[in-house]
Amino acid sequence: MAVELPPFSEFLAEHKGTVYRFLMAAVGPHEADDAFQETFVSALRAYPRLTDASKLDRWVLRIASRKAIDHHRAASRRAIPSGDLPEQAASPGGRPELDSDLRAAVASLPPKQRVAVVHRHVLDRSYADVAEMMGISEEAARANVYQGVKKLRELMT
Amino acid sequence: MNGTIGAPMNAKDLKKLGGGRDVDRLAALAAAALAETAADRGLLDVAVGEVESPVGELLLAVTPRGLAYVAFEDEERDDLLARLSRQLSPRILEHPKATDEVRRQLDEYFSGERTRFELKLDRRLMRGIARDVLAATAKVPFGRTTTYGTLAERIGRPRASRAVGNALGSNPIPIVVPCHRVLRAGGDVGGYAGGPSRKRRLLTLEGSLPPSLV
Repeated sequence: MAVELPPFSEFLAEHKGTVYRFLMAAVGPHEADDAFQETFVSALRAYPRLTDASKLDRWVLRIASRKAIDHHRAASRRAIPSGDLPEQAASPGGRPELDSDLRAAVASLPPKQRVAVVHRHVLDRSYADVAEMMGISEEAARANVYQGVKKLRELMT
Repeated sequence: MNGTIGAPMNAKDLKKLGGGRDVDRLAALAAAALAETAADRGLLDVAVGEVESPVGELLLAVTPRGLAYVAFEDEERDDLLARLSRQLSPRILEHPKATDEVRRQLDEYFSGERTRFELKLDRRLMRGIARDVLAATAKVPFGRTTTYGTLAERIGRPRASRAVGNALGSNPIPIVVPCHRVLRAGGDVGGYAGGPSRKRRLLTLEGSLPPSLV
């Protein structure tokens, strides 16, 4: 049973918060705005051709996941080597440092692990959802979350 | 489920990466900026804006072809957007800037500085006989009125004054396409999609009715 496609304005109003939260965590506060625009421009381009409007939440997060992964690839081509991340993370642990250290640690994860960890632990999604939004198997989703969290713990101790 | 995450990093810390209290405000700003990006890339099919007027707030829908819809405030907004989405395109966003020119001309009209609109119109929401009826209506000048019967004759369907009435009632671009200038024979103002009091108000503004009747 097909669900009628809502006007894009309604779709945007409903999903902007989730997408923004995802991108804040997955690409960081400085890049979140750009990634948000890219995500919704892609969504807008494909929108009239959508035939099933019942899973729009997962649909737009799938687009956002791709943007976050592409974004990471583009950014890491520009970025300076992250060799001194562990030193940063080892800095004395006040709250503000913890936040920025954690951001730096998340930023240093391989893109798939990073996106999987954010879906699982920032947005609280099930592994089945994580798998669907990343276009991978549920096993691969679990493995990515597990490896990502393990690496974060190493970086943060 | 978060038992694997030990101190000093815990699940709460990770959750904070999604942004604090700020995130809703930032998301709203980013969403508002999207319309401009979308319009630049030719992906915005229907831009929506509002304008205050003496007949209440008006919602305006503008497409790349021109002004497609003017709604009075008693039309339920969500229903209206859903209808525009079905009938024009689901690529609809709030984009007041795209409605600036319409807003400017309406402001001038309501302040008495404009008697003729010079706007491109998107007539896709006018169906069947309504196209002819509304094209004839558009020719009735400011300060003048006509009747359903005269309009029926003008489109070559002299016995269709009821159909003419229905077509006027379905006018998607009221005020700009001046269906308020069409009255019943005998001078009664007749019906109006926005209600008879709005019709009298517009006719008074144009000097077609004395001010005392408002």
